[in-house]
Amino acid sequence: MDFLNTHLLSLILFLPALAALVMLFLPSGETKLLRWYAFGASLIPFALTLALWSGFDANGTGFQFVEQYVWYDAIGSTLHLGVDGISITMVLLTTLLTPLAILASFSLTDRVKPYMMLFLFLETGLLGVFMALDLLMFFIFWEVELVPMYFLISQWGGANRDYASLKFLVYSMGGSLGLLLAIQMLGVLFGTYDLVALYERWNALDAGAMLLGMPVHTVKTVAFWAFTVAFAIKVPIWPFHTWLPDAHTEAPTAGSMLLAGVLLKLGAYGFIRLVLPLYPVEAKIFAGALALLAVGAIVFGAFAAFGQTDFKRLVAYSSINHMGFVVLGIAAAGLAAGTKDAHIAMNGAVLQMFNHGISAAGMFFLVGVIYERAHTRNLDDFGGLFPLIPVYGGIMLFMSMASLGLPGLNGFVSEFMVVRGAYPVLTIYTVVAMLGLLFTGAYILKGIMKILHGPENEHWAHGEHKLTDINTREILVAAPLMAIALVIGIWPAWILEVINKAVVALF
Amino acid sequence: MNFPILSVITFLPFAAAVIMLLMPANRKTEVRGVALATASLDLLLAGWMYLQYLLGEMTGYQFIEQYDWLPMLGISLKFGVDGMSAPLVLLTGVVMFTGVLISWGNDDPHVMAGIQDRPREFFAFLFLLAGGVFGVFVSLDLFMLFFFYEIAVFPMYLLIAIWGWVKTREYAAMKLTLYLFIGSVIALVGALAMYWTQYQNTGILSFDMIQMESAGFSASFQYAWFLPVFFGFAVLGGIWPFHNWSPDGHVAAPTAVSMFHAGVLMKLGGFAALRVGVMLLPQGAQQWSWLIMTFAGIAVVYGAFIAFVQTDLKYMIGFSSVSHMGLVMLGISTLNHNGLMGAGVQMFSHGIMTALFFAITGMIYDRAHTRQIPELGGMMKALPFTGVGFIIGGLVSMGMPGFSGFIAEFPIFMGVWGRAWLLAVIASISIIITAAYIMVDIRKVFFGALPEKLEGHISPITALDKIAIVFLCSLMVLIGMFPAVMTPMVERGVENILRLLGGA
Repeated sequence: MDFLNTHLLSLILFLPALAALVMLFLPSGETKLLRWYAFGASLIPFALTLALWSGFDANGTGFQFVEQYVWYDAIGSTLHLGVDGISITMVLLTTLLTPLAILASFSLTDRVKPYMMLFLFLETGLLGVFMALDLLMFFIFWEVELVPMYFLISQWGGANRDYASLKFLVYSMGGSLGLLLAIQMLGVLFGTYDLVALYERWNALDAGAMLLGMPVHTVKTVAFWAFTVAFAIKVPIWPFHTWLPDAHTEAPTAGSMLLAGVLLKLGAYGFIRLVLPLYPVEAKIFAGALALLAVGAIVFGAFAAFGQTDFKRLVAYSSINHMGFVVLGIAAAGLAAGTKDAHIAMNGAVLQMFNHGISAAGMFFLVGVIYERAHTRNLDDFGGLFPLIPVYGGIMLFMSMASLGLPGLNGFVSEFMVVRGAYPVLTIYTVVAMLGLLFTGAYILKGIMKILHGPENEHWAHGEHKLTDINTREILVAAPLMAIALVIGIWPAWILEVINKAVVALF
Repeated sequence: MNFPILSVITFLPFAAAVIMLLMPANRKTEVRGVALATASLDLLLAGWMYLQYLLGEMTGYQFIEQYDWLPMLGISLKFGVDGMSAPLVLLTGVVMFTGVLISWGNDDPHVMAGIQDRPREFFAFLFLLAGGVFGVFVSLDLFMLFFFYEIAVFPMYLLIAIWGWVKTREYAAMKLTLYLFIGSVIALVGALAMYWTQYQNTGILSFDMIQMESAGFSASFQYAWFLPVFFGFAVLGGIWPFHNWSPDGHVAAPTAVSMFHAGVLMKLGGFAALRVGVMLLPQGAQQWSWLIMTFAGIAVVYGAFIAFVQTDLKYMIGFSSVSHMGLVMLGISTLNHNGLMGAGVQMFSHGIMTALFFAITGMIYDRAHTRQIPELGGMMKALPFTGVGFIIGGLVSMGMPGFSGFIAEFPIFMGVWGRAWLLAVIASISIIITAAYIMVDIRKVFFGALPEKLEGHISPITALDKIAIVFLCSLMVLIGMFPAVMTPMVERGVENILRLLGGA
């Protein structure tokens, strides 16, 4: 038991990868065994995360469950893990969504073994980013997670997968190039990659001093933008978002669930864990620019979503729209650092990350459910399906409302907090963002209308094309997501308490 | 008297070559058996030596042996390894072992994989080459270093000219040999100058390199002789603009020789340039490091771009080697802790990686009879081991964390940051280019549908091939996950170099 407590994080982190390696020795023909094995293997980290959550002291300060191992001594990098209230929320999101994504892929029959292995590797990569307390470790997991996602899209994706997967990879790697260089510079300057040490020493640099032949503030500004661009591509915020609709549209359903549910959060998490603490001054100076891009993401994301006829693309653009609120909250927190507004905005941003993870995964899953049956995602091909597939219709209605931000469901709480926190400091931006919210309603209602309501499309009612309703397994995937959306909507305190302590301590 | 492990490692391949040449030519299987046994034994010895060094104190030169050879001229057979050369000895053992495994081949007339034509001579020459390479890595005597260097270069000519790709083998063999001989002759002149100047300075007549470290070469002597010595060797390391023998040589060589060529022989150039150029003429190195850094920076980016446009799989790997060896030179040129350490690890990592690449390319070529990327496809299904191996090699090549390439490249870039940050920014472009071409080529060769022409021609690879692939892949993952199995040792070697550079 003691071992479990002291190694909880590394167990959660590496168990999925170990399980994937064991899978190598399972027979590739036994698809049933492989599916259940992968599902079972992904439940263990989830169970451990629940133990982590219950053992987490919400009133404690700093990082908890810290582990540190020697890794690359020669350049001063260690395997340093730890969680605070912000990262534990993201860890929970990841370990929750992975089993659901695996369960959602039970209908897959093509090369099940490598597919499931990639999912488990992906989980390790994602968790590593959230747990890392070492800048180099952060970067390592940040890059590692790209590989399984690339192969998931390029091997199990839709018709245009070659283009989409390469675009995803090159965009992501290109974006992280600046991050890589900035990280190297920090490492060379301080001889350590430990985040806690870097927070102090990097900020303690005299602003008038010279670094690499340039004034410190110039170096910091360049490094700030190098970090920001890498994370902005990942989030993604306008105008760095163009890889996302392609990647989402081509990715297999479960891949989209994790892509929208967790991968996008990596970018926002990078802002919170690295950009704000390392560059408080620059974050304040450039908060306006960041907020402008965020509002661009909110408004253009909403307009673009409204204009789509492909259901999956619609949901993909809605992700850009929703993640815009996260960045708006972060920009506000950077501008107003230390005030109550900043805390509210940041709380809202972190909760919005979690909420969007839940609702976007749900929406992408529902897109996948109907695509599997109809083999089309064109909104114009549907219509009046509610009577044919009532249970699906009900779930979709619920998920759409969660996404739209209906009071009583999760999205409302976090978006309200972001707006409340940002309004006093970024008034104009917030007002424009609120107008964008109007269009959020419009595109979500458009999706519901085109699929569920209106005149019934006879094509789906009879014969070989007759749509079957959502099955039990699929309901089991959606149910936990719906339950969490409802619980957070009604009683958000259980999760906000955990987030808030960390936010107040950091900002 | 300790067991003379370094001499045994070095001379075992020579002995085996002689034994094989004495065997009847038609006993192909027995010849291969001798080759495999020798290679396995050498690998075990090299591995044992490596572990002894790693688990021991890791200080200075170890396993030193010395025998008089020509005392009149101060030449002795002096062997020893430090943290820089021990990994390279292990690398040579690994490449030799896997090279023999994948040359075993398959007598099936439809496949004709591996070496079917005169395996006796092939393995004998290959082992001469291997013995020469071991000799260079363990020599602590400048004369002996040259001696083994030339022994290593010459069999290359025969191996390429006789067993190479019919279309270009004569041209490539000639080009390669001329380039390398010219380079080594220039370096030899420099070495003689050092030998003579040492005699004038100190009255000692010796080729002992440890002795020469304190020969008191004047600054002007070092400035003048550093460039010929360094570049004479660096030609073999494929440094831009003297690289263009290398891709031609890679392409024309038979599989196992390509593995040796890119995997080990190019390291010979990098290692000798470091050992003789930088370590014996440290002031010269400091004077000229900007020039090497510029050339290496060009090689890194240029090699990546040229690799990007190749349609022949082997040319693609050949030019990616130019880019990756450029990183080695870049690391050396920083003359600081991080850069040199990265260069040391990169030599090992790149050696394993290209050996794997060439082995897999050879397996595919033997079956598909083409290396044109657009004509290939669907290999993942037909030859899954090659697919997974190539993907792992590709990830190493693009410097993906978790694999040995990252462990090597990251400190190199850190080293460059310490010297010329702009160059780090420029060189980093190659990372993206590499990622793009590797991923595109993997997709074209290994995924999609098998071209109709190849239907039924792709027979499975042998168990020995699979062992080679798994072995090479696990080494790259091992170092990537646990850098402590190699980096502390290289660090000790670097400390020695930094001491010679004046504690900088």
